[in-house]
Amino acid sequence: MASNKVIQALYNDDDILMKAVKEVRAAHHHIEEVYTPFPVHGLDKAMGLADTRIAITAFMYGCVGLTVAILMMNYIMIEDWPQDIGGKPSFSYMQNLPAFVPIMFELTVFFAAHLMVITFYLRSRMWPFKNAENPDKRTTDDHFLMEIGLHDNEDELKQLLLDTGAVEVTITEKED
Amino acid sequence: MKYTFSNRLKIGSFIAMGVGLLFLAIGFLSAPSSVEEAKEMVATAHSDGHGGHGEAHSTENTHHVTAENGHDEPHATEAHGESHDAAHDKHVYDQLKNRPWSALYVAAFFFFMISLGVLAFYAINRAAQAGWSPLLFRVMEGITAYIVPGGIIVFLILLLSVLHMNHLFVWMDADVVEHDYLLQGKKGYLNPWFFIARAAIFIGGWIAYRQISRKLSLAQDNASDDSNFKKNFKWSAAFLVFYLISESMMSWDWIMSLDPHWFSTLFGWYVFASMFVSGITTIAIITIYLKSKGYLPEVNDSHLHDLAKFMFGISIFWTYLWFSQFMLIWYANIPEEVTYFVTRLEDYKLPFLGMLVLNFIFPLLVLMNSDYKRINWFVIMTGIIILFGHYLDVYNMVMPATVGDKWGFGFPEIGGILFFGGLFIYVVFTTLTKEELTPKRNPFLEESRQFHY
Repeated sequence: MASNKVIQALYNDDDILMKAVKEVRAAHHHIEEVYTPFPVHGLDKAMGLADTRIAITAFMYGCVGLTVAILMMNYIMIEDWPQDIGGKPSFSYMQNLPAFVPIMFELTVFFAAHLMVITFYLRSRMWPFKNAENPDKRTTDDHFLMEIGLHDNEDELKQLLLDTGAVEVTITEKED
Repeated sequence: MKYTFSNRLKIGSFIAMGVGLLFLAIGFLSAPSSVEEAKEMVATAHSDGHGGHGEAHSTENTHHVTAENGHDEPHATEAHGESHDAAHDKHVYDQLKNRPWSALYVAAFFFFMISLGVLAFYAINRAAQAGWSPLLFRVMEGITAYIVPGGIIVFLILLLSVLHMNHLFVWMDADVVEHDYLLQGKKGYLNPWFFIARAAIFIGGWIAYRQISRKLSLAQDNASDDSNFKKNFKWSAAFLVFYLISESMMSWDWIMSLDPHWFSTLFGWYVFASMFVSGITTIAIITIYLKSKGYLPEVNDSHLHDLAKFMFGISIFWTYLWFSQFMLIWYANIPEEVTYFVTRLEDYKLPFLGMLVLNFIFPLLVLMNSDYKRINWFVIMTGIIILFGHYLDVYNMVMPATVGDKWGFGFPEIGGILFFGGLFIYVVFTTLTKEELTPKRNPFLEESRQFHY
């Protein structure tokens, strides 16, 4: 039976937090979440989080955008109605390619940027009217919070966290 | 740590110089010495068993005249009269005679351009007070040492052109100017002695900054305060102003004036991008080489990552400028401008389009991944390809104007690369042995040591 109880340790300095994260990991406890008011450099490495793959998705979205641009303009300008507009050679896509490059470029960037942002929102579960998930309001200002799942080892863990320099340790029941 | 020039590299550079000289000599000796000889050479080349070459030749002829309708006035239409044949033979003779000179000039300019690009990068790092690069300053100073012999050689080639030893710059030929209304209009700027005076000022200014900055940089090592560093900062900022103006004018003088009927406002930037990316690539290659020999223990992956990012970014910047120049001219298709690209697309299809693949598509795909930018052999391989791509870029800027469709890639071209490559390596690595490879006292040195991305 997995319990819903978690232990939350508050810190007031990012250096202390980093040290604490390393110590907790060294003691083989699984850190569920860390809440910080700003990006703490190296925190993801200290927590052992996997690298993000969002750059790879962006590259693929960019390829999609480029393909869309090429197919669209090839159809419109070359296949559907190859009109002579100001003497531009509309016989094949390659012949009129330079005129299409600005659009190809912009659509590549457009797709890569927007779809990547949307991917980010989806993966990090962010949208308007979403309920904020911060367990303690102070974590948006100047406190850092580490959350660890409890498995009947409350006292041991509490002592460990206090030793790492936590200014406050609380045990709460998570409802979800 | 002081660098010792490895014997193998030194001997290698001497061999390259020797073989290069030999190849260049072969190039010069195999150039025709008279119009008759040139005619013969073209004739034998054409009867080399190609069946339908006669036809090809006649089409070649017509486009020649359209492409170069600047050089010889529109007597193109009067078919193949006697006078035209003679003019054509003279034209072909000039082109064949230009080939070894152009090959020499392209290679001399290319290696000079690398060290000038590094000098600009170095000055930018000093003026911007970059925190990551001080560990690499000695390497950059080593590369910019080539600006002295390289600049003098380029200057000598230009001087020989002014003295009519070759026919690289048509506008230097008084007979041509006499019959060319457009060139007469440009006489105020394009006249041989003003040209050579400008070249002397540019090269003198660049060499002066290089020597002053190097001296201040070395003085800073043993100083007890930062006054040398501050002076260097001011000199670098002033140099950048001078550089932007002189580099732009240099590109009009030394390259754009090879096609004196053509002009492009973007040209200075375009040449700058080419030299900048080649320079940064050379810094990366030499840094990796020195590091692999254990001479730069404090240079880490992040420094290389930064250099590779610059290679990636400036490659794209170069493409942006190349394309902007090309597309604007292609789109508007104004005859006086578009001949520039018509000659290149008709006679130089492979080097012209191949250079785009080497300088844009390849670095774009290869250097996009963050992890690959930290793999040494990967950066070296890409760097060599980028450098070759930019050699081709200079080749494409110079050759169509001087040798037209009589281009090739043989003894003189390879000889030029070998000779100047060898000289470059010899000068750069000799300078690197002169001083400690790590500066001792720079306000940003510790930051550079700790640099981590």
